[in-house]
This record gives sequence, structure tokens and C-alpha cells, in this order.
Amino acid sequence: MSFVWEWLTNPAYWQGSDGIWVRLAEHLGYAAITLVVAAAIGIPLGLWIGHTGRGRLAVVNLANGVRSVPTLGLLFVAVLVLGPLLAGDIAFLVPAIFVLVVLAVPPILAGAYAGIESVDPSARDAARGMGMSSWQVLWRVEVPCALPLIFSGLRSSTLQVIATATLTASISLGGLGRFLIDGQAYRDYGQMAGGAVLVAALAMAVDLVFAVVQRIAVSPGLVPVRTSRRSARTRLVPNPA
Amino acid sequence: MIALREVTKVYPGGTAAVEGLSLVMPTGQITVLVGPSGCGKTTTLRMINRMIEPTSGTIEVDGRDTASLNPGVLRRGMGYVIQGGGLFPHRTVLDNIATVPLLLGWDRRRARSVAAEQMERVGLASGLAKRYPNELSGGQQQRVGVARALAADPPVMLMDEPFSAVDPVVREQLQDEFLRLQAELGKTIVFVTHDIDEAIKLGDQVAVLRVGGALAQLAAPAELLADPADDFVADFLGRDRGYRGLAFTAAPDLPIAPEPTVVLGADGDTARLTAAGRGWLLVVDQADAPLGWVQPTQLSGAVTRETLHRGGTVATVGGSLRAALDAALSSPSRRGVLVDDDGRLVGTVRAQDVLTEIEREPQRSPS
Ligand SMILES: Nc1ncnc2c1ncn2[C@@H]1O[C@H](COP(=O)(O)OP(=O)(O)OP(=O)(O)O)[C@@H](O)[C@H]1O
Ligand SMILES: [Mg+2]
Repeated sequence: MSFVWEWLTNPAYWQGSDGIWVRLAEHLGYAAITLVVAAAIGIPLGLWIGHTGRGRLAVVNLANGVRSVPTLGLLFVAVLVLGPLLAGDIAFLVPAIFVLVVLAVPPILAGAYAGIESVDPSARDAARGMGMSSWQVLWRVEVPCALPLIFSGLRSSTLQVIATATLTASISLGGLGRFLIDGQAYRDYGQMAGGAVLVAALAMAVDLVFAVVQRIAVSPGLVPVRTSRRSARTRLVPNPA
Repeated sequence: MIALREVTKVYPGGTAAVEGLSLVMPTGQITVLVGPSGCGKTTTLRMINRMIEPTSGTIEVDGRDTASLNPGVLRRGMGYVIQGGGLFPHRTVLDNIATVPLLLGWDRRRARSVAAEQMERVGLASGLAKRYPNELSGGQQQRVGVARALAADPPVMLMDEPFSAVDPVVREQLQDEFLRLQAELGKTIVFVTHDIDEAIKLGDQVAVLRVGGALAQLAAPAELLADPADDFVADFLGRDRGYRGLAFTAAPDLPIAPEPTVVLGADGDTARLTAAGRGWLLVVDQADAPLGWVQPTQLSGAVTRETLHRGGTVATVGGSLRAALDAALSSPSRRGVLVDDDGRLVGTVRAQDVLTEIEREPQRSPS
């Protein structure tokens, strides 16, 4: 273990154009682009499916099918097919992002539609009965109530993307995967294990950020009563009825 | 006024939930739809605000065919209390209540202040305003549902079993408050319940539906009890119809006898002296409000709360024959206690005098 520690704490490895800082930034960059694209596809589609109840079966099957595709194989196929169409770095970046997006969409999509489907039907019904339009029902009731599951889809997708983005190094892109591949090539186990530790640490840090955002974004009324801080506070108010 | 004309609803799949229903619901009155589960009550209610479109027939609100109105506008003009509550879990009590005012485009501050007024109106403490629905008791949630429907002061209220999910004591409390509120507001209310006692208590008129959604009888509660249209209605009304019907006849001039009393805390000798040989003696408080009965001969000391027999109900002078009769029947002395509107003792009445009154008017016209 000590060589992992030595590798991680040696300032020399952190600096420079192939140092840890740069690789971290690249890795985060791939993950961020992937998640933005995947969310832009998965969330609207999931909301639509949940709200209208249409197309659910087709999408569930498709998502499950995608899950069974081997990621590395898909990556090589994508490079072979998309690569020649593009020039320069983009020739590798676009296929890599494409594959990551394919991987990232299903959990986000599932979270969004499961979130909408989990909304109490009587709340939805009351919203309509009070004169809300279909659009108002979606944005004022369904989406706010679906947020916990939307977040959980985003978070599991994020963890998966950060872990899988190491594969980009195998098609000569950057990211933390470089340390794994280069470490193996040079039999530098400190670098390999250190890279793995960094991937895990990055995933946890990003998840923590999501947890904080979720805490702020989700109404306290949707948090189970026992764990909400509010209920502990309001219990002090005498109950009049 | 809401008028249903020959309204039929057949669901896809062929269930005829409502069939040829014609019904007029007068302005400012409570019309109760009652009937066994699955008889089409909810379907009927939801056709009024077009949550469900009738298969055939027309529904008019104040002379206008609802089919010609925008559903959103129609619904925002009608308070709707949904079966099962339907509160928004992500919104505080106050914001739940402010929903329709905000939809109508009121500014936030005005919507919130009106919501706070509604909370007071339905008996919700202001301390609950910032709570979320999952932090409320069942009774409180139902009150929020009613307050939310009332918030924009709609002339029409559609209420689908609003008091069904609470225990009998709370339900009775909510019903009493509801009647008090309606006396103040005079809304046109369509009230759905499967509880015939609730229907009889709350309705100005009661529509009894049979399974399949046909109207079995439309009548005022007293008439319903006195003259059920057929066996189905009679069965549905249940037992004790004669007795329950007495609730709708005001007791006119019952012979009220003065009743000797002692104040709580009096000593045993005073009690025995006052009773002058009667088995039971009425105990009152300082304000002359009846508290219960004691048997002076059984007293070992003073008249205390522990010695009181509280079995007797108390009727109000000018109240119903049912209340007067029940007061007499439930009193251990068989003398029914009558009080005035402020709760002060007036005197007592005997069951046979109430019965004489009932027999004197055998052909009571429904009130
Ligand atoms: N969306 C629907 N599709 C098909 N059938 C329906 C639908 N909604 C209700 N029904 C059927 O129509 C009939 C009337 O239902 P409705 O909900 O109006 O009854 P209800 O009188 O309100 O009953 P409850 O007292 O149980 O609430 C029932 O047989 C029910 O199964
Ligand atoms: Mg119903």
C-alpha cells in the first residue's frame, strides 16, 4: 500500500500536462459533457413517458437491451464507425462521449419516469380538479414530487459514468484511465492503484455535491417524516386538533 | 343551480356507472349523493366539473351547459374536495390552500393571506401553516382539503367523501363545523358519502342512488325517513327510521317541569333534603348548567364529581323531538334535562309527554 501513498503524495506527479490535476479535470470534463447530454435526453423523455403513460414498454426494453451491450466493444465499434467521419481529437472524443451517453441515459430515464409514476394519483387528480392544465400539473405537482427519484437516477448514472470514463484512455484519450493503462504498461502498480483510488474519490466527491443539491432542491415534505429535521422542530409546537 | 338532465356515463369496457340521471341541485343548498359503493357517486360528481365527460345528457350550471365552458375555467370556479385527500405532499399547508388563488393569478401575498383566513375558518391553528401534509393528523388533513377548496370563495363546492378517513368522533366534529360554515357561507354544495347517517345529518336534500347509477329517491331527509320510495331505499336507510326521523321535528310546547337541583360541592344532607325522597337529584354548576345526577341516599359525603352519574343526554328547548325523547330515555331518573341556548337548566320532561306530542301530530309534514 505504501507505494500507492507515495505516488499520490509526490507533488511531481500532480504537476504538468500529464499530471494528476490535468487528468482529473479531463475526467470530470468527459463525465460532465456526458451527463448534460444524457440528462437532456433522459429527463424530458422520462417525464413525457411518466406523464402520458405512453411508450413505457418500448423504452424499458430498449434501456434493458442497452445495458447488456459490452461497453468496451461498443467503444471500439463507435471509433471505427464515427472516427473516420471526424478529424483530430474529436475523432476519439465523440465516440467516447457517445458510448458514455448510451450508458448514462437508462438510469436517468428510469428515474424520471418512475418519479412521475410514483406521484400520489389523488394529488395529481386534485391538481387537475382544481383547474390546472396538463402542463401545470406536470410542473407544479408531478416534477416537484418526482425529484427524489429523478435525483437518484442522476446520481447512479453519474457514478457509473465516472467509473466507466476510465475506458476512454484505451482509445488514447486522457482522463484518470491513463494512470490505469500506463501504470499497467510500465508495471507501476503505485500509479495503477493510485489512479483507481482517484476515480473512487472523484465519484464520491461528485455524489456528495449531488446530495447537497438534492437536499436544497427537494421539498422537505417529501422526505420521510422520521428523518426530516423539520419534524423534530415542529414537534415542539403543540398539536391543536 | 346545477341541473343534470338524463345524464348517462358508460365507461369504456361497458360499465354503466350512471344511467339516465336527472337531478336539480338548488343554489345555496347541500345536495347529498348517497348509495352503496360503486353506485356511481364519484362519477356523477366528477361529471359536474368535467373531470369525466358524460356519454350522453347535459349538465347545466346556472343555466349554462358545462360542455360549452372551458374545463379549466369551470374547475377553478368550483371547490373540489377529492376522495382520499389529494393534498400536495411537496407544499406546505398554507401553499396547498393557496393553490387556486395562485392559479387565478392573485399575487402571492394576497393568496397567502386568504389561505391563512381559510385555515382559521376551518379550525386549523396558524402554527400548522408551515407544516407539510405528512406532518398532519388525518383530521387536520381533511380540514386542509376543505380549506383548499374554499380558498378562492367558489359559489359551488364538490365534496367527495371529505370526512370518511377519520374516526367517528372527529368526523362528527368536522360535520358540525361544516354545517356551521355552510350556515355562514351558503354555498351550493354537492356532497358525496356512502354513510346514510351523514347524508341525513348534512343534506338539505338527499339523492339515493342504486348500483348502476339510477336515482332511487330524491327527498329531504325527514321525508326520506318517513316515506322511503321502495325496499332498496328502506333497507339502505336501515333500522330506527321512526326514531331517527324525530330529529327533523321541532319539539313545540313540551310540558316542562321544574327540577330541584344542588350545586356541585353541596354536602350530603343538603342533597337529601332537596331530593325530598326522590331517588335521583340533578347536580348543576355555579352557572346553573346541568352536570349529572346523584342518588342522595347513597352519598357518604359531599356531592363531588366522582359521585356523578353522567348517562343522561341534554336537550335544548325548541330542539328536536328526538333530542327531547333521548334525554328522557337516557336519564337515570327518566326525567329528561332541558337547557336553554346558553346551556342553563330550564327544567325536565318525561318520555310520555314527548310521546303524547309525537302522537298529537301523526301526519307531520316534512320540514
Ligand atoms: N375509469 C373507470 N373505468 C371503468 N370503470 C370505472 C371507472 N371508474 C369507475 N368505474 C366503475 O363505475 C362504477 C361507479 O364508480 P364510482 O367511482 O362512481 O363509484 P362510487 O359510488 O363513487 O363508489 P365508492 O363509494 O366506492 O367511492 C363502478 O362499478 C366502478 O368500478
Ligand atoms: Mg367514490
